[in-house]
Amino acid sequence: MSSSVTEAAVAADTATTTLTLSKAINSGLRRALADDDRVVIMGEDVGTLGGVFRVTDGLQAEFGADRVIDTPLAESGIIGTAVGLAYRGYRPVCEIQFDGFIYPGFDQIVAQVAKLHYRSGGMVSMPITIRVPFGGGIGAVEHHSESPEGYFTHTSGLRVVSCSNPQDAHAMIRQAIASDDPVLFFEPKRRYWTKGEVTEDLTNALPLHRARVAREGSDVTLVTYGPLVMTALDAATAAADDGVSVEVIDLRSLSPLDLDTVTASVRKTGRVVISHEAQLNGGVGAEVAASITERCFNWLEAAPARVTGFDTPYPPAALEEHFLPDLDRMLDAVDRVMGRENSLSGWDD
Amino acid sequence: MPGAERLLTRDYRFTGVGPLPTRNADRDGRYAMARSLATADEATTEVLGEGDFVQLIDPDGIRVTNPRFDPWVADVTDEQLVDLLEDMIVIRRIDTEATALQRQGELGLWPPLLGQEAAQVGSARALRSDDFVFPSYRENGVAYCRGVDYGDLLRIWRGHSHGGWNPHSINMAIPAVIIGAQSLHAVGYAMGLKRDGDDAIAIAYFGDGATSQGDVNEAMVFAASFHVPVVFFCQNNQWAISEPVTLQAKRHISDRAPGFGIPSLRVDGNDVLAVMAATRIATDRARSGGGATFIEAVTYRMGPHTTSDDPTRYRSADEVAEWAAKDPISRLEKLLKARGALSEAVTARLSAKADAVAAELRNAVITMPAPSALSVFDHVYAEQNPWLERQRAQYAAYLESIEGGE
Repeated sequence: MSSSVTEAAVAADTATTTLTLSKAINSGLRRALADDDRVVIMGEDVGTLGGVFRVTDGLQAEFGADRVIDTPLAESGIIGTAVGLAYRGYRPVCEIQFDGFIYPGFDQIVAQVAKLHYRSGGMVSMPITIRVPFGGGIGAVEHHSESPEGYFTHTSGLRVVSCSNPQDAHAMIRQAIASDDPVLFFEPKRRYWTKGEVTEDLTNALPLHRARVAREGSDVTLVTYGPLVMTALDAATAAADDGVSVEVIDLRSLSPLDLDTVTASVRKTGRVVISHEAQLNGGVGAEVAASITERCFNWLEAAPARVTGFDTPYPPAALEEHFLPDLDRMLDAVDRVMGRENSLSGWDD
Repeated sequence: MPGAERLLTRDYRFTGVGPLPTRNADRDGRYAMARSLATADEATTEVLGEGDFVQLIDPDGIRVTNPRFDPWVADVTDEQLVDLLEDMIVIRRIDTEATALQRQGELGLWPPLLGQEAAQVGSARALRSDDFVFPSYRENGVAYCRGVDYGDLLRIWRGHSHGGWNPHSINMAIPAVIIGAQSLHAVGYAMGLKRDGDDAIAIAYFGDGATSQGDVNEAMVFAASFHVPVVFFCQNNQWAISEPVTLQAKRHISDRAPGFGIPSLRVDGNDVLAVMAATRIATDRARSGGGATFIEAVTYRMGPHTTSDDPTRYRSADEVAEWAAKDPISRLEKLLKARGALSEAVTARLSAKADAVAAELRNAVITMPAPSALSVFDHVYAEQNPWLERQRAQYAAYLESIEGGE
């Protein structure tokens, strides 16, 4: 290859463009398809239509229908055939159209994809990536706003990640596909249209299992992921006006959890608030709260606080603002751990 | 590996329809007519022969002529039939030995294949070594034919592993305990084969009960839509633990596949020759770009579902006796004796072989080294996982701290 071609390739790699989160994933999938011809994309409506959120837009035209595959309407079939393709040495990237539709494929995910490496004593790998648009706040009908990540963080053998911004979306989808482990890749659908700077140069990209300090602070650690990272950053800005310095951590990886990053922060601030859209009981926040209490007990000034969806099914669109953690509920929890007046002041239980 | 490159793992490559095969037709033309008859543009349920399934050897050991299916096994010599008999006798002996080992506390569980020897041997011996098998948990006869190591075969049942063998060493996936899940895996593998331009095929084995599972039906949808080189091999052994097949299907199981756009065959699963013919038809169709085939092999689960089951609670001794009269091994013995191909010397040789395998099996089980404590943590992930490594280190420290820890 001539040096001018190399230079051009390097230049293209290191160039930065402004992309929506959806387009950032699209460009990540394009790179993955180009870099490894064992990568195939499969799912309902991913090919001709380019996906209901257009995340796979243009990929079938560029790479062909045998690499970007429109499947029958059958989630178990999508995941199960991906298992077979993995046996054959392929790296399937499955799309589940919406979070609430993942359940027909649940058995193939937890009984097969998650366990085949263990079951085979390491002889068989499942380098499968399962992309799932998740979360609410889009005024949708039932089953289109779920946060099912907890079922999968509880399943050994799976990795679970969630991006919050376009750069991470691009880097993490490529890292997930390149990983020899199966990865549940949760995409915050209400953030698909947010924009950000994206470079395709992954030289300095954070490893897939690491959390990121999204905003530095000294008084309170606010831990979250996916769609609520933006909300948390807004909350931190508001808190600063109130004289409280909030450090925001974007977990990114839900399994394995990067507790080293969270621990370092909590040992600095002594106070932690954890937030996610998913229901309270047994959610990722429960694991973070328990683990942080175990590791940071002597540094904590207050008990960890969680700001989450309620233990109800996700409500109809007219009510979702009451279900979803928002900036105000996060600040209320910040007040709680700061020992200030808050909604539960005097709450006697 | 015993039997790995045996009989009938030859390539069947055809150059097209040729002259009608004579008794000693050359190899290339041999199956041409049969193939032209078996190829169907429209899905059909082929129901030929008496008793509404294909049969080439009846329970009394009489060779039944079948003009459509005979050409597919015309090359099978009496010597090769003796090889098939040996396979079945050995597999039955493995089964018996494993059942005994379970009763003796050396194995935790065993799912007997007693009665299904012909279905497993006839199909397995029609495969190429580069075909890929996706079994349920009962295809230990198929595993034998693929050349599995005896220790590997029994590792699961001794509770030392959930796997047992390296799938890529014998081109056979790990036994599936989730009913029917493997049918989708086979279709996915076949999708990969097709994309690779490889003429190997994938075969999924499952039982009658499995055909009620969504995954098996989704597998047929995908197989037909993507037109992949897969064989669905259903051993209808009449029982899913205590549930009779009539609970799973109101029509012959083989009637379903044509509804999905997949041709099907219904064969006497206790007839090793009919099973072989059917499997050859199916694999040939798959290899030559004809897509999927569904085979229903009608057989009987002579033993319990597993060594934990008691079939006397739900089925009659009369029914079992009725099927004992259709035994796959005795009918082949009768055929071969009538042809003068089964002398006492041969019978003794087969019996000695079975004894030798049983002894090797038993030895492999009782000398199997137990897995180490910390191997609980092995192979959960392909890559480094800091969360799990921390847990492993903590448990290792715990074991160190207790007296006599590992």
